[in-house]
Amino acid sequence: MKRAYDLAIIGAGPAGISAALAAAASGARIALLDDNPVAGGQIWRDGPQVRLPALARRLRAELAAQANVDCFAATRVVALAGPRGLLLEDEQRGWRLDYARLILCTGARELLLPFPGWTLPGVSGAGGLQALLHGGLPVHGERVVIAGSGPLLLACAASARRHGARVQRIAEQAAWSTLARFAAGLPRWPGKLWQSLRLLDPAYRGASHVIAALGRERLEGVRLRQGGQIVELECERLACGFGLVANTEIAQALGCALRDDAIAVNDWQATACDGIYAAGECTGCGGSELALLEGSIAGYAAVDEHARAQALWPQRQRWQRFAEALRTSFALDPALRHLAAADTLVCRCEDVPYAALAGHAGWHAAKLASRCGMGACQGRVCGAAARTLFGWSRPAPRPPFTPARIATLLELDDEQEPPCAP
Amino acid sequence: MPELYIDGQRISVAAGTSVAAALALAGDGCSRSALNGTRRAPLCGMGVCQECRVSIDGQRRLACQTPCRDGMRVETRR
Ligand SMILES: Cc1cc2nc3c(=O)[nH]c(=O)nc-3n(C[C@H](O)[C@H](O)[C@H](O)COP(=O)(O)OP(=O)(O)OC[C@H]3O[C@@H](n4cnc5c(N)ncnc54)[C@H](O)[C@@H]3O)c2cc1C
Ligand code: FES
Repeated sequence: MKRAYDLAIIGAGPAGISAALAAAASGARIALLDDNPVAGGQIWRDGPQVRLPALARRLRAELAAQANVDCFAATRVVALAGPRGLLLEDEQRGWRLDYARLILCTGARELLLPFPGWTLPGVSGAGGLQALLHGGLPVHGERVVIAGSGPLLLACAASARRHGARVQRIAEQAAWSTLARFAAGLPRWPGKLWQSLRLLDPAYRGASHVIAALGRERLEGVRLRQGGQIVELECERLACGFGLVANTEIAQALGCALRDDAIAVNDWQATACDGIYAAGECTGCGGSELALLEGSIAGYAAVDEHARAQALWPQRQRWQRFAEALRTSFALDPALRHLAAADTLVCRCEDVPYAALAGHAGWHAAKLASRCGMGACQGRVCGAAARTLFGWSRPAPRPPFTPARIATLLELDDEQEPPCAP
Repeated sequence: MPELYIDGQRISVAAGTSVAAALALAGDGCSRSALNGTRRAPLCGMGVCQECRVSIDGQRRLACQTPCRDGMRVETRR
């Protein structure tokens, strides 16, 4: 099967949804693709006990009302298919979509760093735990420790408590002085004042980070460094995330330039490739407000409504300053590069320990010698970790971007150039 | 309330529950065994890490991105 659209948008988080809505008025035929069961991205996830905020419900309703926007949920982009084509896979089938213009709204994933014990059941990401909680993961009465860096830790703590967990500790690696400066600046942005108050949480500690997850078959406790002290806490769950990493794999395969590990865009949210735009956290992490604005700008620009796009620049600039404050406040302590022990697995797919990677000149050499990054996640977790640990450049994506069925890959008939870019 | 089978065990869950959550509701929450034999559970919750891969009705799927449906047969990977 093959379909053609004027505009394809990859990712239906805040950025992708607002891009689709902005572009829809032009009458262009639009496809909005996302691998989750419903639109909403990382922040607006459905689940058994979830009531989405009014904004999310309104945007979804508006989206459903657009006759010229086709939403494809539970649909993954697995490869490029020719110069203006994508290979997609859903539950039932693989199929191809051709586009004239493209907006990448692929969002970000968590930076997960290896430390002893991090493969134990009971350990997850921080945004990861939040996402799992939305899906109905039972944590009632459990003791939870949250660690890592960034505002997501506080959001995770709030969700865990709402689901009946006892949050024992929120360990933020950033120093207290930096956190205080960040909190003092928050009231400058609408709706962020409450976030600064959350920092007063009695479980919250600055200058603190995980040293090890403890337990035999599953998590039983965690060892933390808190300022100058080492403490051990018993717990059933550890949620640990060190900030966000932009999802740039598709952009890289398309040949788009990157800047600071995110997709580089100009004022119109246009990438270095003709007709390809990008918006939201895949262009740098700045929260849902910035993602919504960037999405609108990209959507308008992609249908040549430049005046409407430009009218949003001042608002975007304001939230870009918030993004900048986030970036500087939660910069990672170099000590976090040394959490892994020699036998700590860095690549969880292929069970490759730290010792097998350390000492190599770069990702490519390490991969050839150890199979690191050759497993199911294609280096999305360990490649980002290795970048932080060793300063190696991020692995170049190899299609298929995610494991795909053979029948899907056969959709790429052989006259087509192979899905890999230079 | 969808009713499904996890490693042969019948369980009914609230509508909207993910298979990843159902693994924990039905048992120890684990999804697969690693190469070295140790058990693993969902990590990223968002379709990236692939730790949650299970077999659903004979197909390899990500538990964290799959909502439970009536009659599903989920097998964790040993
Ligand atoms: C795990 C996690 C939890 C978070 N929780 C919160 C929160 O509670 N509150 C908050 O303010 N912020 C949260 N954030 C930050 C959040 O990312 C932003 O606030 C906001 O959602 C960014 O919007 P976006 O549209 O740029 O990206 P996202 O919301 O990340 O949307 C991108 C979408 O693209 C999809 N996608 C990516 N690649 C493909 C592909 N190849 N094929 C198909 N679909 C694809 C993704 O599945 C996703 O649905 C979280 C981030 C993460 C990683
Ligand atoms: S938990 Fe990572 S892919 Fe499902």
